[in-house]
Amino acid sequence: MSSDRYSFLSVLREALRGQTGWKPAWRKATPQDSYDVVIVGGGGHGLATAYYLARRYGIRRVAVVEKSWLGNGNIGRNTTIVRSNYLLAGNVPFYECSMKLWEGLEQDINYNAMVSQRGVLNLFHNDGQRNAYTRRGNAMRLHGVDAQLLDASAVRRKLPFLDFDNARFPIQGGLLQQRGGTVRHDAVAWGYARAADRLGVDIIENCEVTGMRITDGRVEGVETTRGFIGAKKVGLACAGNSSRVAALAGLRLPIESHVLQAFVTEGLKPFIDCVVTFGAGHFYISQSDKGGLVFGGDIDGYNSYAQRGNMPVVEDVCEGGMALMPRIGRIRLLRQWGGLMDMSMDGSPIIDRTPVDQLYLNAGWCYGGFKATPASGLCFAHLLARDEPHPVATAYRLDRFARGAVIDEKGMGAQPNLH
Amino acid sequence: MRIHCPYCCTRGVEEFTYRGDATVRRPDLDAPEAAWVDYVYLRDNPAGPHAEYWYHAAGCHSWLVVRRDTRTHEIFSVQTASEVSEA
Repeated sequence: MSSDRYSFLSVLREALRGQTGWKPAWRKATPQDSYDVVIVGGGGHGLATAYYLARRYGIRRVAVVEKSWLGNGNIGRNTTIVRSNYLLAGNVPFYECSMKLWEGLEQDINYNAMVSQRGVLNLFHNDGQRNAYTRRGNAMRLHGVDAQLLDASAVRRKLPFLDFDNARFPIQGGLLQQRGGTVRHDAVAWGYARAADRLGVDIIENCEVTGMRITDGRVEGVETTRGFIGAKKVGLACAGNSSRVAALAGLRLPIESHVLQAFVTEGLKPFIDCVVTFGAGHFYISQSDKGGLVFGGDIDGYNSYAQRGNMPVVEDVCEGGMALMPRIGRIRLLRQWGGLMDMSMDGSPIIDRTPVDQLYLNAGWCYGGFKATPASGLCFAHLLARDEPHPVATAYRLDRFARGAVIDEKGMGAQPNLH
Repeated sequence: MRIHCPYCCTRGVEEFTYRGDATVRRPDLDAPEAAWVDYVYLRDNPAGPHAEYWYHAAGCHSWLVVRRDTRTHEIFSVQTASEVSEA
């Protein structure tokens, strides 16, 4: 008997018989001739979509095609933060749906994703920012999301080593979402892949989509490096490369691809027990369970498909870190990398049909895609299965730009590198 | 990444501000709405050579058109925007 379901008993049983009964987490599937649904992109969103299609909507003839190996894209390149502290009505219910899915994820997919609700604290440094965060916290609470406004002394009790009396940016308090936190990002990909695989989904790695077969305005399948795969419906979940893949179907998107860098230091004893963001610059940091500090800041700000960035942003991120917590100044960086962001024209995502019949789009996640993974998968699966938007994702329409119904949290306008 | 400004020589990218795709053109005021949606929101976003506007904010304040490979960040050419628009 193999140990297919992970549990205390299966760990015990395998310990007693020399770990010989474990099965691979997912099969190395070879493509079949056709499927009900083909998902392009084996990242977090694509795998979650496949899982919810099979689990909640009963559609099991599903393939996920991935050009590289599973988890090589943004699901493994983010800073693992989850939160639902949004302001606008189009966003809050969606991200709160995602937060609730995170809370039950490990039981749902029988996989330890190390979901840790350690809290997300956004600091403010002046009266204007306090007002803005008060407004945001109120908007969250009106939507039933938890939010607490902390004053400086409450922040000081929580994180006594911050530079509270910084001459330019004294810390006056913060907005805390205690239910936010971190999730082990790779485990999310592996967990969804394993759970989808067990329901019959084919996960096909090293299979790049090179073309779309479209007849009379209707998609019939995808051309790939491993041959043609027919599909009744095709869903694109390849943020970072959405424009390139959509171009295969003749579409132009309201998206620019940008690079976002992230950093991990050497391991240290635990001293940061939540996610902290600096309000006077762009810097966010948490400490992983291995002890490394995981942090990041702004995107580099120019179109890029290079998956690596440049030094000025490294410097800017480190300056933000030093302004917030000077004690990290002598810690050595262990790793640094870049990921590709679908920067949309209003800073919000797209989950919608496309002008091509039976071709669906999940794109434009900017640099907030990781936290959205479960809800993105659920809502995209809903759209693919029912051909209508999920109730929490009705605002994420592709035509909202033409209609002037943009969802612009930052109020920056159609300038993708400012979102 | 360093950009060779025609007036200031080769300077670090931190001196420049990015303004995106330099191939989009503002439509006529009486153009149909679809042309304006296209201009404001839609981009080719190519993986490969890309013509883009950079503003030398910490230098000569010139608007430049930089041709750059978005896959490698290699820069092929830099011209002033006025030179490009007159060409």
